[in-house]
Amino acid sequence: MFQPNRFAVSPVLPQVVVVGSGMVSHRFVEQLRAQADAACLRVTVVSEESRLAYDRVHLSSHFDQPRPDLALATPAGYAELGVDVVFGRATSINRTARTLQVGDTELSYDVLVLATGSFPFVPPLPGKDAAGCFVYRTLDDLDAIRAAAEALPTSATGVVVGGGLLGLEAAGALGKLGLKTHVVEFAPQLMPAQLDAEGGGALRRKIEGMGIGVHTGKATSEVQVDGAGRVTGLAFADGSSLPADLVVFSAGIRPRDELARSSGLSVGERGGIAIDDRCVTSDPAVYAVGECALHDGRVYGLVAPGYSMAKVAAASLLTDLGLNPASEARFTGADLSTKLKLLGVEVGSFGDARGATPGARTVSLSDNVRNTYSKLVLSEDGLRVLGGLLVGDTARYGDLLDLSLSGTPLTVPPETLIVPPLPGATEMPATANALICSCENVRSEAVCSAVAGGARDVASLKKCTGAGTGCGGCVPQLHGLLQTELRRLGETVSNHLCEHYPHSRQELFGLIRVKGWQSWDEVLEAHGSGSGCEVCKPAVASILASLHNDYVLKPQHAPLQDTNDAFLANIQKNGTYSVMPRIPGGEVTPEGLIAIGEVARKFGLYCKITGGQRIDLLGAQRDDLPAIWTDLIAAGFESGHAYGKSLRTVKSCVGQTWCRYGVQDSTSLAIRLELRYRGLRSPHKLKSGVSGCTRECAEARSKDFGLIATEKGWNLYVGGNGGVTPKHALLLAEGLSEDALITLLDRFLMFYVRTADRLQRTSTWLENLEGGLEYLRAVIMDDTLGICADLDAAMQHHIGTYEDEWAAALSDTAGLARFRTFINSDARDNAIEWVDERGQIRPAPLQPALLHGLVPLPMAGGDD
Amino acid sequence: MTLTLSSPSTAWVRVCKLDDILPGAGVCALVDGAQVAVFRVTYRGADRIFAVGNHDPYTSANVLSRGLTGSYTAVDGLRFKVASPLLKHAFDLETGVSLDDPALRLPVYAARAKGGDVWIGLAV
Repeated sequence: MFQPNRFAVSPVLPQVVVVGSGMVSHRFVEQLRAQADAACLRVTVVSEESRLAYDRVHLSSHFDQPRPDLALATPAGYAELGVDVVFGRATSINRTARTLQVGDTELSYDVLVLATGSFPFVPPLPGKDAAGCFVYRTLDDLDAIRAAAEALPTSATGVVVGGGLLGLEAAGALGKLGLKTHVVEFAPQLMPAQLDAEGGGALRRKIEGMGIGVHTGKATSEVQVDGAGRVTGLAFADGSSLPADLVVFSAGIRPRDELARSSGLSVGERGGIAIDDRCVTSDPAVYAVGECALHDGRVYGLVAPGYSMAKVAAASLLTDLGLNPASEARFTGADLSTKLKLLGVEVGSFGDARGATPGARTVSLSDNVRNTYSKLVLSEDGLRVLGGLLVGDTARYGDLLDLSLSGTPLTVPPETLIVPPLPGATEMPATANALICSCENVRSEAVCSAVAGGARDVASLKKCTGAGTGCGGCVPQLHGLLQTELRRLGETVSNHLCEHYPHSRQELFGLIRVKGWQSWDEVLEAHGSGSGCEVCKPAVASILASLHNDYVLKPQHAPLQDTNDAFLANIQKNGTYSVMPRIPGGEVTPEGLIAIGEVARKFGLYCKITGGQRIDLLGAQRDDLPAIWTDLIAAGFESGHAYGKSLRTVKSCVGQTWCRYGVQDSTSLAIRLELRYRGLRSPHKLKSGVSGCTRECAEARSKDFGLIATEKGWNLYVGGNGGVTPKHALLLAEGLSEDALITLLDRFLMFYVRTADRLQRTSTWLENLEGGLEYLRAVIMDDTLGICADLDAAMQHHIGTYEDEWAAALSDTAGLARFRTFINSDARDNAIEWVDERGQIRPAPLQPALLHGLVPLPMAGGDD
Repeated sequence: MTLTLSSPSTAWVRVCKLDDILPGAGVCALVDGAQVAVFRVTYRGADRIFAVGNHDPYTSANVLSRGLTGSYTAVDGLRFKVASPLLKHAFDLETGVSLDDPALRLPVYAARAKGGDVWIGLAV
């Protein structure tokens, strides 16, 4: 409930109370605080949801794995900004006394801002409240949908009522949950508010192609319910029906204006709180912004107009309070042009898309082969673009939108604007100052001058222009523009490792190998500049390790290693580490299991079985690592290199030894391979799998190298991975003996280690290898480059010089001092806190991070 | 702990030997209850000692002493930085300013190597 202001401000400071904590409310608060800090204005946000503002535009990504954090605001972030938060529903306004009632709390205001948003409209159908019926508006709604979907059998059906923008979003979300999905729309076509019949048809064919059922022209008459009150389907006015286990209503939204209505503010006939161009309601002390507001007879259901209102309202309000000179900012309506991606289909609609202008003419191209549709609405004389629609391909959206906004007379026949370019033809020249980011209204000129002013990456472009910080849909365009602009400015877009080395990893590997460099200092002196950085230091350390197989924590190498290699364990979010002993092929004795269990118990570690068939022990304090490894090594274990860009595991099934289907001994081969390649430092992590028959239980084809048994021998696959972009490994050779496959693997791995880019997995390396798999075969099977003997020798050197890094670390007593938490004290980090979860430790939840929206730099991957 | 007063306003606290920090690496010292990340950056044969807060504000974990040090080119020439080992956000070692968000700044401590030892200066 209400928390008294933590800031020691005088009680005479003006108080702004904002009702609602959605995207527009958040933008308003940011705008307000940017111009007036806590010393001159008190701000309180009232939030009905238990969460503060989050990104509702990307709601369906809540079902993605990993689940993105959609939060835009946090209590801690608001506390930093000096914004108070009250959780609860605002029930009434006393406009005379200027107070707002929230539960039992009464808040006084000088200015009240209503940003109450909207609610989903549910048609008044019999059975609409049955178990299994949902709306799609909040994260709580999505959590409820997920919980219900998870309780259903795998073949269950989900139906979305409403084929508009939000309905299709919802359909995408149901698809992500694995439901067989249908969309039901009352109008004869999809997205009737934005598209015409042709466009709707193209969209429909695309969506049906994804396996989603589309039912248009269907008036739902009843939600069918079983005896237990659970939804079983929908009945339609035409007598037909559709079975359903889960129903989501997405039949439009209505402004949340009940608070305004009950306090006597002017509202529209069909809802919406009436505002003027300054976003002031019929009461000069009350503002309204976003989806709840009615401006000039229109309610806007998009975020961009809401953001414009937020900006205008913040400026006007500060003027009203005497904190700003008179503001000229006015909201004069918004362009409803939109470009979005629904279920992966690009849809764009701009200007007078429906040809409502008297005398308007159209030119359209409907391509039933690619299922794309483009339409231009032209002025009566055919000389100006008034608007248009694009379905399936919105590459020209920005240019066409610009033509319609500027009203520039056309200099080319209009049909050429929508015909895809002929192969080899030059691209249509971009409009001089094309709109890049429609959320923030940023045009290409602004982006180009930011690049000229020194911005060299998307993150800094976002920071200085604001582009890409709204829905994020223009980020690829922003990236493209950046590359083009850099080239135009004569800057080469390079594959150099970083600013310290003007070489790619492959070039640097060649130089270090040929020159025989043994240390960072030699490499930097000969080929680099400055004092290196977090990119080139680990890259050079990895190359030196690949070539010489030196102990990575020798004094000359240790400061180069990323923290995981530096402490031979994987750092976790709170700064503690995870420990993973090697369990070759996933085979472990009862004594081994007991020993691991005892170590975990002794040091209070959280235990988890990994996907790589081993056991991860988490929550180890850095200064416990040597003692943990003393015990593990005594029990016969060695480092599992889960921390390194190196071979992780070779996963296997039990194979012919146990399985009635197995045709080869997959476990033994997996162990042999894991022991052969353990410790091999490589450009990225390496994973492998060996399956004893074609049923592929070890998932070998999702690995960097995998083997699948046949009666005739082993089939060898290379270049697969899971991760962000899963790839199936490709068949390199079949019917191999163990010795033959090992020869090929030795060469494959060494060739990859020598020629790949930094952090490039085998799949991308193979894709970028000119000549692809055929070329790889030529190099490692036919020895066309004459390097096979060299690759074989390099692998022999690696195998011959392998030593367990943890055994080496423990015998290096001087080096063990590095594992202490503090150089001058035996204390430990007192900020590490644990809570109990299901009988084990887990890190105590953080105070929500101070800063959001900062893009973490690309991470190199998970633990195992 | 040895205290030496070099000026009326700075108390110098010895935290370790210079040789306790490998060139290019960092350690964490507990100074007056605060976790201080101390770095030894070697450039063109000369050692420089930097000290900033050990707390990474982006991840709220005490990890910066375990970050990799390096240099970057700024308008005013070569400067030194450290990148957090967690999400790789980098900070200028001299000013503590985040290279991702100029509004964010780590606490910075006076630091020096003297007599083979490393000292952290505290305002008194």
